[in-house]
Amino acid sequence: MAATFFGEVVKAPCRAGTEDEEEEEGRRETPEDREVRRQLARKREVRLLRRQTKTSLEVSLLEKYPCSKFIIAIGNNAVAFLSSFVMNSGVWEEVGCAKLWNEWCRTTDTIHLSPTEAFCVFYHLKSSPSVFGSCPRKNMQITILTCRHVTDYKTSESTGCLPSPFLKALKTQNFRDPVCCSLLEQPNIVHDLPAAVLSYCQVWKIPAVLYLCYTDVMKLDLITVEAFKPILSSRSLKGLVKNVPQSTETLKKLMTTNEIQSNIYT
Amino acid sequence: MFVPCGESVPDLMGFTLLMPAVSVGNVGQFAIDLIISTLNMSKIGYFYTDCLVPMVGNNPYATAEENSTELSINTEVYSLPSRKLVALQLRSIFIKYKSKPFCEKLLSWVKSSSFARVIVLSSSHSYHRNDLQLRSTPFRYLLTPSMQKSVQNKIKSLNWEEMEKSPCIPEINDSEFCIRIPGGGITKALYDESCSKEIQMAVLLKFVSEGDNIPDALGLVEYLNEWLQIIKPCSDEPTASALRWKIPSSWRLLFGSGLPPALF
Repeated sequence: MAATFFGEVVKAPCRAGTEDEEEEEGRRETPEDREVRRQLARKREVRLLRRQTKTSLEVSLLEKYPCSKFIIAIGNNAVAFLSSFVMNSGVWEEVGCAKLWNEWCRTTDTIHLSPTEAFCVFYHLKSSPSVFGSCPRKNMQITILTCRHVTDYKTSESTGCLPSPFLKALKTQNFRDPVCCSLLEQPNIVHDLPAAVLSYCQVWKIPAVLYLCYTDVMKLDLITVEAFKPILSSRSLKGLVKNVPQSTETLKKLMTTNEIQSNIYT
Repeated sequence: MFVPCGESVPDLMGFTLLMPAVSVGNVGQFAIDLIISTLNMSKIGYFYTDCLVPMVGNNPYATAEENSTELSINTEVYSLPSRKLVALQLRSIFIKYKSKPFCEKLLSWVKSSSFARVIVLSSSHSYHRNDLQLRSTPFRYLLTPSMQKSVQNKIKSLNWEEMEKSPCIPEINDSEFCIRIPGGGITKALYDESCSKEIQMAVLLKFVSEGDNIPDALGLVEYLNEWLQIIKPCSDEPTASALRWKIPSSWRLLFGSGLPPALF
């Protein structure tokens, strides 16, 4: 509880969550409330389908396209890096997309996707060797790329003194390759989707590495995207990137297209 | 569900499970951190669930460069076989409406693993105390009926205060009395379920306000120690108590990064 300047007593937010409200809500809930909640939960389910035909995938993605490397980019700068440097080399075929809706965001339906829009599309490199057998999971390595704001990084100096953008890594126990930057030190942590993926991989003993770029520019930014460049020499991406100067040009074009779109005067 | 680190599921029959409730001031979680760190407990597995917000980070109990790179997730299980102790640590908050399913999954694991007893470390809002509680010790305990039978005498000898019942609906004058633990998270749900499932459970909690809750956590582990004697008891000087428990390396910078020098 906290007393405000005007003499009211208000409930202050608790670090541990708002469980008390949930308990009371549970007691007051009617069958209609429960049904509304069930329908909302169904609406929030993530669905995998083919973007062009909007039909659901018949089997799970990894069953249809078993792979040895699974690379996930989360956020506009990570996606721009992957689009310009990795997907620009070789022929990538779109194999599916994830459609989701919740009260805070939804995936876009447009055909031409830019890194600044919300979408989730899966691509498959046509020339990559397939691996597999009965346990494709055991032979698979996962790489996750994402960004965070530099103020999320805890250090004994002030975050203003940090040379952002900079790269940090987190890896699961079974990931044996060298990482391209220093590991994320305690007390720093990661949450949301990258943490969910890494947790799954740690628990089920899948080699996985997360490359996290701390930056002070959260919108699409050339310097932030280029901060991911050390990863190009990693085993995860080696062989996937052919022409770095051409990729840099593609990246610059991507930036200009998006800049025009975000001009409030047009 | 419990997923072991190694190839086989360890035998935890007869062990004591220590766990926190995610509660006001995160006192229970701090206390479990102190126990795992001081006793140098080893990680034996994960309680993999979608009920808590996902989070990862490097080893929070690292003491040197060599052991600092092991990844930790939001729900992990540690053990000390020599003392038949298992600790479950929860490192993030519950996703809305998922706390009840979590309690069910947890208690089902407790039963299937045949733990001898469960001890929940928790806390409650100090501003909810009545006049009597304001004047007494801030520590309280609760025992399920099946636990009362086995440890009642020991608890009596410690002169501990049992958690008092309070009006179920405070606004109504002649409301019934029941156990309420405001700010205690899943503590009450776990306690009620354990009563009905005849699980031996004890709840140890402290009345706290949110802020720097490290002293509260030290107080709570000392309270637990009076009973379990996890580490050797000694004089009850507060400074001595802080030195006996090993503060984990991850407790650095709890209130954020350093300040910009230009501020001054």
